[in-house]
Amino acid sequence: MSGRDEKIPAIKLTVVQYTILGVFLVLSYGLWSLQVRKSDEYFTRAEQNRIRRVPVLAPRGKLLDRDGQLIVDNYPSFSALLLRDQGRDLNADAQKIADGLHISADEIREKVRRYALARKPSFEPIIIKDDITPDESAFIEAHRDQLPELETLMVHRRLYPKNGFLAHLIGYVGEVSEEMLNSPKFEVYQRGDIVGQSGVELQYNDVLMGRDGSRRVIVDSHGREVGRPSDANVPAVPGQKLKLTIDLDVQKAAEQALEGKNGAIVAMDPRNGEILAMVSRPTFDPNDFAVRISAKEWNDLVSDPAHPLLNKAIQAQLAPGSVFKIIMSVAGTNEGIAQNLHVNCPGGGTFYGRYFKCWVVAEHRVHGPVDLAKGIYQSCDVFFYTLAERLGIEKIAKWATAFGLGKKTGIDLPNEVSGVMPSEEWKMRTFRQKWYAGEVISVGIGQGAVATTPIQLARAIGGIAMGGTLYRPHVVNPDQLPDQFKGLVNTSMPDVSRVQLDPQAWITITDAMAGVVNPGGTAPSAHLQGVDFAGKTGSAQVVSNALRKSKGAGGKQFNDNGWFAGVAPRRNPEIVVCVLIEQGEHGYLAARVASQVIKAYVEKQRRLRNNPTLFSDKADPGSVPIAGMWTTTTAGGADKQQNAEFQEPQPADEHLHGGTLMMKLAPTSLAKKIQPVAVPGIGVVKGD
Amino acid sequence: MRNFSFRDFDWVLLSFVLLICSLGVLEIYSSTFGTKFAATSGTPLYIKQVYWIIGGVVLMFIVSLLNYQLLLENAHWFYVAAVLSLLAVAVFGKKYLGARRWIQFPGGFHFQPSEWVKLVLILAMAKYFSDENERLTSVLDVMKAGMIVGVPMLLVLKQPDMGTALTYVPLAVMALFLGGIQLRHTLILVVIAGVLAPAIWHYGLKPYQKDRLTTFLHPEADSQKSGYQLEQSKIAVGHGGIWGRGIRGGSQTQGAFLPEPHTDFIFAAWSEEHGFVGAVALLLLYFLVLMRLVHNAQTAPDRAGGFVVMGVVAVLLFHILVNAGMVVGYMPVTGIPLPLMSYGGSSLLFMFLALGIIMNVRMRRFVN
Repeated sequence: MSGRDEKIPAIKLTVVQYTILGVFLVLSYGLWSLQVRKSDEYFTRAEQNRIRRVPVLAPRGKLLDRDGQLIVDNYPSFSALLLRDQGRDLNADAQKIADGLHISADEIREKVRRYALARKPSFEPIIIKDDITPDESAFIEAHRDQLPELETLMVHRRLYPKNGFLAHLIGYVGEVSEEMLNSPKFEVYQRGDIVGQSGVELQYNDVLMGRDGSRRVIVDSHGREVGRPSDANVPAVPGQKLKLTIDLDVQKAAEQALEGKNGAIVAMDPRNGEILAMVSRPTFDPNDFAVRISAKEWNDLVSDPAHPLLNKAIQAQLAPGSVFKIIMSVAGTNEGIAQNLHVNCPGGGTFYGRYFKCWVVAEHRVHGPVDLAKGIYQSCDVFFYTLAERLGIEKIAKWATAFGLGKKTGIDLPNEVSGVMPSEEWKMRTFRQKWYAGEVISVGIGQGAVATTPIQLARAIGGIAMGGTLYRPHVVNPDQLPDQFKGLVNTSMPDVSRVQLDPQAWITITDAMAGVVNPGGTAPSAHLQGVDFAGKTGSAQVVSNALRKSKGAGGKQFNDNGWFAGVAPRRNPEIVVCVLIEQGEHGYLAARVASQVIKAYVEKQRRLRNNPTLFSDKADPGSVPIAGMWTTTTAGGADKQQNAEFQEPQPADEHLHGGTLMMKLAPTSLAKKIQPVAVPGIGVVKGD
Repeated sequence: MRNFSFRDFDWVLLSFVLLICSLGVLEIYSSTFGTKFAATSGTPLYIKQVYWIIGGVVLMFIVSLLNYQLLLENAHWFYVAAVLSLLAVAVFGKKYLGARRWIQFPGGFHFQPSEWVKLVLILAMAKYFSDENERLTSVLDVMKAGMIVGVPMLLVLKQPDMGTALTYVPLAVMALFLGGIQLRHTLILVVIAGVLAPAIWHYGLKPYQKDRLTTFLHPEADSQKSGYQLEQSKIAVGHGGIWGRGIRGGSQTQGAFLPEPHTDFIFAAWSEEHGFVGAVALLLLYFLVLMRLVHNAQTAPDRAGGFVVMGVVAVLLFHILVNAGMVVGYMPVTGIPLPLMSYGGSSLLFMFLALGIIMNVRMRRFVN
């Protein structure tokens, strides 16, 4: 066996040795590069693997009423999160996840695809289902191993009152939108934050929203929590609770009173501007927004012709109708014209060459001789046509503006509208047209271009009843805001403004307002027995009578809007209520609604102050004028006089359109169908 | 007649080997502590590994008593048996995770023939090349050598077990190199390999095998399976820093981010817990073992003995290169364990069996 004894050449073994050395040097270089050179980078990545930051969401502040009763609370709710940084094939797992969470697999895949398309960072989880059931939560817990990408997140959800109670004032919350993030008010927030979207929730978002904390946990590759690092927790700072000026008892009465109707109610304390109640109908359920609202629900809300999302108390700008006559009265007396103005109402009059009807002719009656007081409690159009003609638009606009019409009241709620108070300057600015003197006539009865919001009327009428002191309406008393949030209060509006009134005229006007809700006035059925209650009705045309007629019986949406603004007591009142009933036809119906709110307030105050004669009309004896008899032209009118139910003004077309048409309106049969609503008195005062 | 003595037994080599084995046991203990791998009922894995080591050392002593020349003379029978066992796997083998690699014997004992085929091939190559006179003169000789390795390699590839099949390649390369392959034949082989490689790539490999081979170049691109494993391995190594995180202190290992921290990725687990210093020290131990083996090849009594030792060197070096290379991200994920450290009986027994033969070669160095 030759060759067996030969050895392997040493040179070759040396080559092998150097090869071995080479291999080990390469490997050592690999170790050096990972462990020394890029050590920091890999340390960070290992920490990212190991430590998971679980956000701890701060609960929003609760909302309370003025007495400290809870209005808006939070409840704990769990959301299902899909983590995208767990190295799992989410598309493959989608079906399993979908089955467990009762959603569709395609929905999950779509969300995953969208997030990938949007190049969102992979640590940003996807919320795949909100408000999951205990069963679904158990599913996630039980599948930590198989589906480590699932995680639950505890959030505090808003629990709003049911059935849309106070919904418009409270508002609702939702995920901050990209648009909002770009605005200065929201720039401090982050994507995914839940912020107020309307109402108080939006206005006082900074106060209500807390600061989210975080919990850091050590996890294994399956996402199971295996421990806590030492510096584990950044505690969440809960949002601050907020006390509203709302009085829940008054609010409840207002909600009930407006049930089944469209419109708005504002109740305010005219002594300081505190809003006691605010209702807008139709309403919506903000609880639907607390969890993600579906696209369909949202579209239904937005496209509803009755505008359920609109807070009509501050966002409906409509002609105030005869309620405006109070403003006219103040303007007229301040200019020294109205005190001594006496007109005869034969059912209409000619101004600037046109004939304008008084609403009363539709009732086959006339007002006859009318002074300021009768002009108010019987709402005589001819009196105010005459007054308007004498004053001219500039003086009317001056005083109306002084009482806050045509500009925002500065209430601490978002998206208030300003309404319109026409003037020469306004018309030139808006239409580039000269003001025609004749246009002032329809303005005199709150028609034409005049448009007000319920909050404006409440503030103006309340301010007049206060003797000329108007406060900025608000739903949160600025004094109780923490210092750092004082800036949230709108400071561009004065908190209080004063208008000088003629003292005698003040008494005349407020007495006449009391006459409105007494026999001989336009809304006697709204009378509250034993309560010093005063106000002014109004009904305002929506479209011309001609257009309305052309729509036939189906044109209910063009029915007049009913208004009422009332106070109790009549002078230096504690409460002013403004009611708008859309398509309400008659101001006295609005007056009845207002009386129920007033009644709730008066009853509560009598109970609280243990004073059964509080706000009694007997406190100011002889102050309730028994109005003069209605002058009737027909036998039919006499019946109406006896049952003391009156039609509200039906302003003629020309008020809106400047036409000279004088329409012969058929006596409406609707009025007969409406039975007087009995408003029970507030108990018999002892010793009465 | 005893013509060798245990005085000539390579105690230095054995000490290095046992030191590496102990570090392995330590790391198996650390990396399985509190993880899902510890959950298997009964004896903890690191204790089992100790049993395997003891068994391996005993086996090594027994084998060291056998005359390796006797083994070499019967190498062709071993070779036939090896090929037959691989065929048996193909027919009766137990399918597990999509591959047919094991034969299950009654009593739950699994046998993986491809491991001991390595040993047989070492013997077969040693015999073949020592029989040849000095030089591999003809192309035919080279082809015959290629056939000896090629047949079992194809059978293993068929299982499929690309990782193990690849370990046969360095054996052939080492043998051809030491056997004195001529330069022009080398060039021809390189050209053939160059031509065949794309063909094998397109027709011979399964998609997952291709993925494994390519993802190590861009591990981030495939954050799922093998790319994820490579990334986690690199993070583990990097997380170790210079001094390491300490025993049971590696979050990548303890948090189960690192896959298979006690078998294929034990070097990554070691590197995380003992840092650059510990990892280089471990490499140094392997380096010393290899140098000691080469020394033994030099002092081998005959050419065949030297070939046997160098065959083991080739296999060992290849394992270290591929395993540690994978851990630091230079090599694809192939499922090749780190010899002497990774948990597992087959791999350990192979090493001790091979060491036993080497011991015999060394003890006989002054014979004849």
